[in-house]
Amino acid sequence: MTTTAPAVALPPTKPAPKSSTRRADHGEGRLAAVLLSPTFLVLALVIGYPLVSALRESLYRRGEGLDANGFVVSGEHFVGLRNYTDAFTGAGGSRFWNAFGNTTFFTVTSVVLEAAVGLAMALVMHHALRGRALLRAGILVPWAVPTAVSGLLWRWIFDANGIANKLLGQQILWAADGWPAKWAVVIADTWKTAPFIGLLTLAGLQLIPAELHEAARVDGANAWVQFRKITLPLVKPALLVAVLFRLLDVLRMFDLPYLLVGNQKHSVQTLSVLAFNEANNLHYGPAAAYATLLFLYVVIVAYAFVKILGTDLIAEARAKTPARRRRSATRSLAGRGTPA
Amino acid sequence: MTTLTTGRPGRRASATRSGVAVVLRYFGMAVIIVYCLAPFYWMTVSAFRRPSDQFQLSALPRPWSTANFSAVFKPDVGFERALLNSLIVAGITTVITLVIGTVAAYALARLEFRFKNLVAAVIIATSMFPPISIVVPLLKLFTDIKWINTYQAMIVPSLSFALPLAVWYLASFFRQLPAELEQAAMIDGCTRGQAFRKVILPLAAPGVFTTAIITFIAAWNDFIIALSMVNKKDMQTATVAISRFTGAYGFDQPYGTQMAAGVVVTVPLVIAVLTFQRRIVAGLTAGGLK
Repeated sequence: MTTTAPAVALPPTKPAPKSSTRRADHGEGRLAAVLLSPTFLVLALVIGYPLVSALRESLYRRGEGLDANGFVVSGEHFVGLRNYTDAFTGAGGSRFWNAFGNTTFFTVTSVVLEAAVGLAMALVMHHALRGRALLRAGILVPWAVPTAVSGLLWRWIFDANGIANKLLGQQILWAADGWPAKWAVVIADTWKTAPFIGLLTLAGLQLIPAELHEAARVDGANAWVQFRKITLPLVKPALLVAVLFRLLDVLRMFDLPYLLVGNQKHSVQTLSVLAFNEANNLHYGPAAAYATLLFLYVVIVAYAFVKILGTDLIAEARAKTPARRRRSATRSLAGRGTPA
Repeated sequence: MTTLTTGRPGRRASATRSGVAVVLRYFGMAVIIVYCLAPFYWMTVSAFRRPSDQFQLSALPRPWSTANFSAVFKPDVGFERALLNSLIVAGITTVITLVIGTVAAYALARLEFRFKNLVAAVIIATSMFPPISIVVPLLKLFTDIKWINTYQAMIVPSLSFALPLAVWYLASFFRQLPAELEQAAMIDGCTRGQAFRKVILPLAAPGVFTTAIITFIAAWNDFIIALSMVNKKDMQTATVAISRFTGAYGFDQPYGTQMAAGVVVTVPLVIAVLTFQRRIVAGLTAGGLK
């Protein structure tokens, strides 16, 4: 994806042992191929094949149709891009755009909320003197709850006679179609995954050398300035990686809308739910088209995110000891002319 | 929040400000704990109410009752079978993933070869793949080859998300081990394979174990694959079984029973996670950051 970008950064960060292993490079390449082949074989089977198969499937449609001579043919027949054009404009058009809109809405709202809540959590945890273990334990609980169970749990909380309405003193019909249902999904998703962002961000916070804050304090920077000029820029890489993970995860959201509200509910139907419903009705062609479009959407979002915000995931994949991280963090701070 | 950023742990702050900061700190911690645990608490409390008290919204059940749990384990519900199915699917997925993933992760972490960046990119890209894009074509394939309602129909698609995840975490664990260890072993006459088996693998055991937990939880929590690939009741996994509970007591939505089943499914995970919390946090952050 960004194979060129890390290559530029490669030489200075490369660890020393390379020279000593130069002789064995050829053997290492072969060994690497042997070691990696089972993984790639499995990935080809469970991801490569479905990807190609979905593409092919999306060009077909099951059911009765008329062949060139006007005979009725049942079974699958080739329809070209009709499944796609139908998704955009035809009979299924409004459903597709609705699902697309919902998916986008959930992605943007949940991820923004989760990043804000997660960052706040990380800051609190970072400054907790005692009880950090307790906090960490608490924060892992939402992460461990299966999403399906959390969907049912929130369905119960948001029941018309449930605890949410009682606490709010309102009579909101959360599970009915409409905006409350959307927010119910967003809240449930934020609950479960903001702690995850908090954990990743906390790890980033802990890599910021204390001297930076001290120096800033000596120079008279107040807490807010320190947060904006030191904490935020330095924690940004960790936060962005977490946000990217979440973005791609929310784009494929299925369990929560399906269980919390219902799979036929217009207002929370995501692209995953739509494709699932179509496949369940044996409309494999349109289902495959929706699934393929979702896949493309994920790819575009991931690509745009990495391009625009420069989250160098591939560089992150290379060896990076904590010490080196810390140094590069310091360096990047020193090298910054204007605040990001 | 801004006041909190002033006092770094172990640093001296002015006396008055530090008083405020301490209060805010504990307040922040309390908010986080409540935020994380309140819904879970509500699930547990709701599970222990009598089914007739389901809509009683008091903080503690009055009286306590295990009727919901008995309802979950009534013979005709088949929940034990569902738990067993979940265990089989998640367990086998984890084992296959670890066996295949460990060697791949070692190659990524330790060997120098061409296209390494590309390989890493492909693996992380596959972990972004939406499950529905796998489920739709595989559903059709598995229908054709009569795999619907089998364990392999759930295990094989689960590999799609479990394997990239595991390779990613394992590689980051392997990278944390000093390269000198295996170099020393190889100087002492070990082949690379022996160095891996006898030096790296034992040292990486905690990392492998952590990856196993994370992978197992991911597979255990799967819903969409099990929902799609199985329509026979005795092949359902626990997550699907809970979602299909029908009201044993005449409510249209059997919340009490579902909450009880939710507790049964979640509590073992929570215990495992809390027991190994240090490792899991290390694993999650290492996988995310390195």
